[in-house]
Amino acid sequence: MKPRHKRLAFILAGVAGLAVAAGLVLTALKGNIQLFFSPSELVAGAAPEGRNFRLGGLVEEGSVQRETDGLTVHFIVTDNAERVKVTFTGILPDLFAEGQGVVATGALGPGGVFLAKEVLAKHDETYMPPEVAEALKKAEQQKATTPGSGI
Amino acid sequence: MGLNLNWFKYSSPATFYPLAGKMIPYFAGLAVVLTVIGLYLGFFVAPTDFKQGEGYRIIFIHVPAAWMSMLIYVVMAVYAGVGLVFNTRLSSLMAYALAPTGAMFTFLALWTGALWGKPMWGTWWVWDARLTSELILLFLYIGFMSLRAAIDDPRRAARASGLLAIVGVINVPIIYKSVEWWNTLHQGATVTISSGTSMESTMLTAMAVMVFAFWMYTIAVVLVRVRCEMLEAEQHTDWVADAVREGK
Repeated sequence: MKPRHKRLAFILAGVAGLAVAAGLVLTALKGNIQLFFSPSELVAGAAPEGRNFRLGGLVEEGSVQRETDGLTVHFIVTDNAERVKVTFTGILPDLFAEGQGVVATGALGPGGVFLAKEVLAKHDETYMPPEVAEALKKAEQQKATTPGSGI
Repeated sequence: MGLNLNWFKYSSPATFYPLAGKMIPYFAGLAVVLTVIGLYLGFFVAPTDFKQGEGYRIIFIHVPAAWMSMLIYVVMAVYAGVGLVFNTRLSSLMAYALAPTGAMFTFLALWTGALWGKPMWGTWWVWDARLTSELILLFLYIGFMSLRAAIDDPRRAARASGLLAIVGVINVPIIYKSVEWWNTLHQGATVTISSGTSMESTMLTAMAVMVFAFWMYTIAVVLVRVRCEMLEAEQHTDWVADAVREGK
């Protein structure tokens, strides 16, 4: 082997070794890197008790209730498997809506209600003009109302 | 250009210097034209988004900047690696020339992301895997430039900083895949190779034009910078004396 082949082999082996090491570290820290717990994880007892943590999921359709003070909101966060009740007092981000993803920071209160101190909206990766969104919604409604569509 | 083109001819600063000088105006011109077209398409032609309204338009800068920040790092690490393996003088100079532009794009991606995050998510910053690994990328660029600047002997500086660049390349796939591997606040990829795009076509065109604009800009700026690097590194040679005398 020429010296430059040796150096090349050394660098390639080094990078491969580093990649394995990084992979092992990231796998070991998997739980710490996750930004939030899903409702299923929360129900399974994975979330820390008596400490603040983040809960992430979709706002269930038809679950948002506003109190008369105009600031307190109750809604349900779901991952389509489990549901967690959330209460939040404060200003919600613009993208907050039913069916939209959210990440809430807070702790579990009495009765299994998640008391959120902060609610962030999680955006999805679709970008389209409003007319297209409207058309898609219409198509979906038609499909849902057609009998025998299998839903 | 025949197939038996001698690539190593252009790895010599003396031949690359005038060639780079001739190419700069073309790349710079293309960068300006493409940026104007891309921003026009993005800001005036592309439709409003159904959920985010006009605020989404920051992606025409944010996404190309974020892509460039990762791509430039990989290119920089490859140049650094080639420099280490073959001891070619030009390669490490190319790596040095790429670093400030890469750092600039990383900063731009983080900054525009924060500006978008406040109205859309409700926060400027969150320590999720995507944002944190992109911040580490910025630190890697800064570390690369600082390490090089801290060592006086050019050969040792090239070796130390080159090694850092290569080690840091591990971070790039982590940034790229972070939104798949972990749950994050940052959304998943809109443009993917496997499943196409979930984006309206005018928006996509505008974004693609901006990506090419940023490529052209990067090439132009890097060529300007690498010419300065070459003059400095080779200041005692005849070709530099000639180049300075002829005012090229």
